[in-house]
Amino acid sequence: MSSEYSTDELMDYDEVMRRFDVVLGLEVHVELNTRSKMWCGCSTEFGAEPNTHTCPVCLGLPGSLPVVNKKAVEAAIRIGLSLGCSIAPWCRFARKQYFYPDMPKNYQVSQYDEPIAFDGEVTLELDGERYVVPIERAHMEEDAGKSVHMGGSTGRIQGSDYSLMDYNRAGVPLIEIVTKPIFGTGTRGPEVARAYMAFLRDMVRALGVSEARMEQGNLRCDANVSLMPKGSTQLGTRSETKNVNSLRSVEAALRYEICRQGAVLAAGGRVKQETRMWNETGEFTTSGRSKEQAEDYRYLPEPDLVPVAPSREWVEELRASLPELPAAKAARLRKEWGFSELEMRDIHGSEGALDLIEATVAAGADPASARKWWITELARQANEAGVPLAEVGVSAEQVARVQRLVDAGSLNDRLARTVLAAVAAGQGEPEVIIERRGLAIVSDEGALAAAVAAAIEANPGVAEKIRGGKVQAAGALIGAVMKQMHGKADAARVRELVLEQLS
Amino acid sequence: MAVSPQDVSRLADLARIELTDQELAELAPQIDVILDAVASVSEVADLDIAPISHAVQQTNVMREDICTPSFAPEAMLAGAPAVVEQRFRVPRIIDDSNAQ
Repeated sequence: MSSEYSTDELMDYDEVMRRFDVVLGLEVHVELNTRSKMWCGCSTEFGAEPNTHTCPVCLGLPGSLPVVNKKAVEAAIRIGLSLGCSIAPWCRFARKQYFYPDMPKNYQVSQYDEPIAFDGEVTLELDGERYVVPIERAHMEEDAGKSVHMGGSTGRIQGSDYSLMDYNRAGVPLIEIVTKPIFGTGTRGPEVARAYMAFLRDMVRALGVSEARMEQGNLRCDANVSLMPKGSTQLGTRSETKNVNSLRSVEAALRYEICRQGAVLAAGGRVKQETRMWNETGEFTTSGRSKEQAEDYRYLPEPDLVPVAPSREWVEELRASLPELPAAKAARLRKEWGFSELEMRDIHGSEGALDLIEATVAAGADPASARKWWITELARQANEAGVPLAEVGVSAEQVARVQRLVDAGSLNDRLARTVLAAVAAGQGEPEVIIERRGLAIVSDEGALAAAVAAAIEANPGVAEKIRGGKVQAAGALIGAVMKQMHGKADAARVRELVLEQLS
Repeated sequence: MAVSPQDVSRLADLARIELTDQELAELAPQIDVILDAVASVSEVADLDIAPISHAVQQTNVMREDICTPSFAPEAMLAGAPAVVEQRFRVPRIIDDSNAQ
C-alpha cells in the first residue's frame, strides 16, 4: 500500500539547473469529440451506464469488422496541419498487442511506423522568450475501457482482488501527439511543458475537434524527462510519468522528477528507465512498471482496415479551412493593440477575454478601454456570478457603446461601471438604464460651478493650500464636489473649475 | 532459418501461452517449416511489387460520424465469465508478489 508522502531524495531545483541540462519528451493523447467511436457507430457520450455503448466491434468479438470514422481522420489531418506537420499521402493502422483487460481485443489499433502526420514544430512564447517544441508525429488510435479495482482498501490496482471493466470508452477516437526530444528549455522545462499543453488544449478547442476537458481525461500527458550533466551531449536515462491530467500537474510532476533524478545522479546512482505514476494529492511520483526490457508489442499492419490515403485536394481543403490558432491570434492582436506582455497575461488569465476584447474593438472601442472593462469590472462580475466571461450578460457591442459615452464625456468611469453592472443584472440596454436612473454626467456648467464654490467655502483650509500652490490638495475638493453631484460629474472638468476659482 | 526453443519460449510468453520444455522442442522445428513455406513468397516478390496488408486493394473506406444503436448490455455481457454491476469482472490484474 502506498502512502501519501514521498520517500525520494530530492535535489534543490536550482542546484539541478546549475549541474544538468533537462531534456523533455511529451506524449499527449487527445480524445476527439466525434459523436461515434473510431471503428463503430457506438456513442462516445461521457458518463453513460456501464457497457451500454458497446457492440461486437468495440468488444473485439470474432467476425466483427471495424470501419474508420471519417470525421476522426479529418480531425487527425487538421491537428497535424496545425502542428506544422507533413501529412502522409498513404498510411496504415497497426495492431499494438498487449494483454491488459482495459482493451478487450488484446490489441489496440494504433499507427506504428506510418503515422498520418509527422515532422512538425510548435513555437511557444513565455514572457517574451521563444521555445521551439519539435513534433515527431501525430497518429490515430483508440481509447481503452475504464476499470474499477475491487477488494483492496485503497481502490488502487495494487492489493485489489479483482477488477470490473466498463468498455463504453473502448474505441473512442484518440490522436496521440509525440514530440521529439525537447532541448534548450534552460531552467524553464516544466513551464515550457505546461505552456505546450495549454497550447494543445487551445488549439484542439479552436479546431473544434475535442472538448479538451482535462478533468474528464480528454487531454492526457505522459511526460518524459532525463538529465544530462552540463557540457555532455550524451542523453541520460529517462523516466516516463504517466497520465498527468492537469496543466499544473504537468509542471509539478516534471519538476519533481527533475529534482528526484538530480539527487539520484548526484549520489552517483543510475536513473532507472521506468514508468512513474503521479500522485495528485501528495504531489510526488512513485515507481510503476520497470521498462528495463523494451516492450515487445508485436506491431503488425491491421488486416481488417484498408490504408488511409488522403488526397492532396482533401488535405488542401482542410488546410484552407483551418481557423487562426489562438497563439497566433494573440500574437497578432498584441501587436495591433500595442499591449505589453503583462497586459496580455491578464487577458490570457481570463478565459474568453481575448475574443470579447477583439469584438469590442471591432465594435468601435479603443483596445485599452475594451481590455479595461473586460478584465476588471466584467471579469469581477463573471467571477461573482460563477459564469464564464462570455456569459456575464453584457455583449461586446454594449461595452463599446458605453465606452463611446465615456469618450463623449456623458459618462465617467464610475458611472460606466454602474451602467455595465446594471446591464449584467439584466436591467436592459445601457442607454435605457442611464435614462431611467439618471446616470449621465451633469454637464450644466452653472450647477457644477455652484457645487465647486460650495466645496471651497466648506473647506477653507484646503482652499488656502491650493492657493498657496499645493495643487495636489485639489483632490479633496474634487471629492467633495463629486459627492455633492452624486458622482455624476466629469472629474477632470471639476478639477479645472476648482483651479480656476482658486487662481 | 532455424527457430530455437528459446525463440518459441519468448513468443509463448508474449502470447501468454504456457508451454513445457518438451512442447517448445517439438514446436520449434514445426514453426521452422511454416516460416520456410511463407518464405517462398520471396521467390516471386520483388521491389516492384508493393507489399500488401489487406486482401482488397482499396483505400479510404470510411464511415460518416453517425451513431447507430449499441447492443443491449445484457447481450454484450452474456459471454463474460463473470459479471458484476453490469461490468465484466476480471481476475486480479497485478500479481502482488511483483508489487513493490
